[in-house]
Amino acid sequence: MTVGFAFDAGLAVLVLGVAVWTIAARAAFAAVVGFVTFGLLLALVWVRLAAVDVALTEAAIGSGVTGAVLIGAAARLRPTEAASAAERPGAAMRLAAGALSVLVALALAALVLFPPDPAPTLAPQAALHLAALDVGNPVTAVLLAYRAVDTLLEKVVLLLALLGVWSLAPDRFWGGAAVPAVRPDSGGALVFLARVLPPVGIVVGVYILWVGAIAPGGAFQGGAILAAMWILSMMTGLTGAPEIGRLPLRLLLVAGPAAFLLVGLAGFAVADGFLSYPAAIAKSLIIAIEAALTLSIAVILGLLVAGPPSREPRHRDAGHRPAGHGEAGR
Amino acid sequence: MTATTLFGLCGAALVGLGLFGVVVHPQPLRKILAFNLLGGGVFLLFGAIARRGAAAGMGADPVPQAMVITGIVVAFSATALAVALVLRLFEATGGASLNSDPPRTEPAAGPDG
Repeated sequence: MTVGFAFDAGLAVLVLGVAVWTIAARAAFAAVVGFVTFGLLLALVWVRLAAVDVALTEAAIGSGVTGAVLIGAAARLRPTEAASAAERPGAAMRLAAGALSVLVALALAALVLFPPDPAPTLAPQAALHLAALDVGNPVTAVLLAYRAVDTLLEKVVLLLALLGVWSLAPDRFWGGAAVPAVRPDSGGALVFLARVLPPVGIVVGVYILWVGAIAPGGAFQGGAILAAMWILSMMTGLTGAPEIGRLPLRLLLVAGPAAFLLVGLAGFAVADGFLSYPAAIAKSLIIAIEAALTLSIAVILGLLVAGPPSREPRHRDAGHRPAGHGEAGR
Repeated sequence: MTATTLFGLCGAALVGLGLFGVVVHPQPLRKILAFNLLGGGVFLLFGAIARRGAAAGMGADPVPQAMVITGIVVAFSATALAVALVLRLFEATGGASLNSDPPRTEPAAGPDG
């Protein structure tokens, strides 16, 4: 116990230290690197809190995919950093912000130190129907059965975010594809990694999805790993980003939420109402929904990282080839 | 003090730290980073609450865990959209300032004397 506590205390100090670095670092790029480290350390904290599902999500999405978006942005925004240094608020403002932050942190700390006793929990209720669902992982049961509406709406949020990102493209690029800003050396280590890693990553992603029914894992985590493989190959230029106007792509994007919604509506006919499953096939339905969701999540995450289209759609200009596809050397 | 309390306090401190960053940093990208730290702190508070609710053979209450997973995905969506907005602002204006005043060209020495 004492060794475990020493580890936890060290971990907490590290997390806070990296968080301070993320706020205090002078360059935005350094701050982003700090943030990615923070996310990975936070994933360890989640393991220590017996929440392995959350740890996987934090490492894959909170740290990994978010980091990919932020690092790209930090590199492009570097020219603006010097100008914004002049806009730093004065000492009085900083002092006031510090006082407010300390006050909020202390109030929350008081909540942690003097919690209600006995601790409120929904674990017994969650355990009650696990057998009927035939799902061994209670977190998956909450996500896909007890609070399935949350998960459905969250998918809609993902789609809305993607629409928001796409809508920022200039009019002439609508229907086109995103072109990565930087293209690494074609003989470099990253390109090698992008060739070797995806076969392994795809197997791991599908495994994480499949095992989610009985052990930590599931649609988000599996989808994020699949997305990471795609992002890697898009970043290195091995595959181009897809044109956003294409019908197959649009269908993939809505496949997950649509399957979820259809099963939900079918619940009115064959079970007790919206998003309730007939007990006999509950597990099969949950896995089918998760499989469709995984595909959609992977495509949405990949496209969110790729960003808004930055090239005109190809069909308007027959002779136009995507930048970077045919160029062999440098 | 138990590990759960320790990580709960860590979460509280992260919320404070993130809030400070959101208010103080002038760069939008740094505000987004700080906001994500703040979110991480809130999630960690949920984690401490979930761990206290361990029962029925589960290591932690699954309901807050599921809410945190949903929260992480929604936080990522918001981050991706916010980053895209900042990059568009940069493309359109050549800068990434949230200052609504016109860019200060000469009166930089004005109010400070």
